[in-house]
Amino acid sequence: MNELKASMAGTVLNVLVAEGDTVTKGQAVLTLESMKMEIPVEAEKDGKVEKVHVEVGAFVNEEDTLLTLGE
Amino acid sequence: MTNTTETKGYNDRLQEKLSSIFAGGQQKYHEKMKESNKLFVRDRLRLLFDDGEYVEDGRFANVEAGDLPADGVVTAIGKVNGETVCVMANDSTVKAGSWGSRTVEKIIRIQETAEKMQVPMLYLVDSAGARITDQLDMFPNRRGAGRIFHNQVRMSGMVPQVCLLFGPSAAGGAYIPAFCDIVIMVEGNASMYLGSPRMAEKVIGEKVSLEEMGGARMHCTVSGVGDVLVSTEEEAIAEARRYMAYFPSNFAVKPEVLEAKAAVAGRTLEEIIPENQNAPFDMYELIDQLIDEGSFFEIKKLFAGELVTGLARIDGQVVGILANQPKVKGGVLFGDSADKGAKFISLCDAFSIPLLFLADVPGFMIGTKVERAGIIRHGAKFIAAMSSASVPKISVVVRKAYGAGLYAMAGPAFEPDVCIALPTAQIAVMGPEAAVNAVYSNKIEAIEDPKERLKYVQQKHQEYKEEIDIYKLASELIIDEIIAPSELRSVLSTRLGYYATKELPMPYRKHGVFPV
Repeated sequence: MNELKASMAGTVLNVLVAEGDTVTKGQAVLTLESMKMEIPVEAEKDGKVEKVHVEVGAFVNEEDTLLTLGE
Repeated sequence: MTNTTETKGYNDRLQEKLSSIFAGGQQKYHEKMKESNKLFVRDRLRLLFDDGEYVEDGRFANVEAGDLPADGVVTAIGKVNGETVCVMANDSTVKAGSWGSRTVEKIIRIQETAEKMQVPMLYLVDSAGARITDQLDMFPNRRGAGRIFHNQVRMSGMVPQVCLLFGPSAAGGAYIPAFCDIVIMVEGNASMYLGSPRMAEKVIGEKVSLEEMGGARMHCTVSGVGDVLVSTEEEAIAEARRYMAYFPSNFAVKPEVLEAKAAVAGRTLEEIIPENQNAPFDMYELIDQLIDEGSFFEIKKLFAGELVTGLARIDGQVVGILANQPKVKGGVLFGDSADKGAKFISLCDAFSIPLLFLADVPGFMIGTKVERAGIIRHGAKFIAAMSSASVPKISVVVRKAYGAGLYAMAGPAFEPDVCIALPTAQIAVMGPEAAVNAVYSNKIEAIEDPKERLKYVQQKHQEYKEEIDIYKLASELIIDEIIAPSELRSVLSTRLGYYATKELPMPYRKHGVFPV
């Protein structure tokens, strides 16, 4: 299991995958917006999206879990 | 004279002593080294020096003890890339590379030699720290271990100081890497810590592994004490040799200009840089188009990736690059990136390496978390280091340069030799969205019809963009030049050549009070 965390404080601009989707390492799965910049969040390994923890527009703090990837 | 029995006796005695010194510590320790993919100290030195050749001082240190060959450290002079360097290298087969009084004296002497000869000093560290049983002879005295650090600080910026960390660097010994210009760490073997995990458990009750607390990967990604993470000792030595090629022997000499090489084939800058200021792109791809192929030596690659720092060559000329990375944290500057930038600038400035700033920065991070962590004083370090650098400084505004981000990246007020803008450049206190919000938020909220509100906001955005139009800034002489992205590499090369004779005397004083 692998948890993707927010690298910095910001809001969720969009979620590009849904629970159950298969993703590959390096694939953009979500975009944060912070300091008016789009911050791509990429899968750190191949896997299946087990859970999306955030909704579009939600504020997240640095280190908050965004997504859980399973095998 | 023929070989008499007497001279043969002398020779035998010498050969016997020498071979026991060259053999290092006990066989079981050599085997242990091999198991953890570590090389014997003399093999490390053979790989480091040109043709594997060196001379050694204090080889017979503690020879009378019998079991402490060279007293656990080899101090040597040899050549790296054709230039003379001094080296100290711990032998961890001898009492785990720990320091006795002669070990310390040898290290101090080789440092003094490096200073006298004005040549680089390399530290090949693999040591358990002080021999506590010998502490009175090596710890508190005038020529005790403290003097090693005192010498390092004294020699800092005078000659390059490089640390290759092959094993532990424990307790006080951990300051050797800390005072070096660069620390190369071998993953899995290298570690730095003030108190071992065993001590941490005893003294503060913390249970933690060595890797977690002071391992190479932790230091190169989290603490920032390590600069380059490698997987083998051979790689560490190769990287150190590659690094040295960018540096002169001492501060009074300029770095060598090598033969020019073309940039790697790739997409053009126009293709790489997105027009939308807020969209990410990969700064590495842009850097590759500006520098000679294969010439990038990145420092702190795994630490604070929102700011890329590294040495490179443009048409053979050495340059230190600081570039915001929009792909990581939007290129926003944080406390760690500010520290990273400050140290890198200080390194380049000390050894006459011109600085190239590639700005695409939304500013310094805001919010409670960073304020509590003192982002203002960290940012001040970065700006102070950049401001006091007297080497050629070229500032290139690639896209946005907002707020104190413009300052940190050698904006016009900080005496860059030139501030170049690409046509995509946007210089402002803040971006259009934030600015319009800050100035007109009351008016915007007062408009009830959503369509009207949007129209009003869009109109204000447009007005703001016109206000900060890059040609307006060029017309006001705020920036010096606007160039086509395709010309950037050749412009940088030409200007670096012209600025090579730059002399900038600093104001008369002892030194500034450095913000930390």
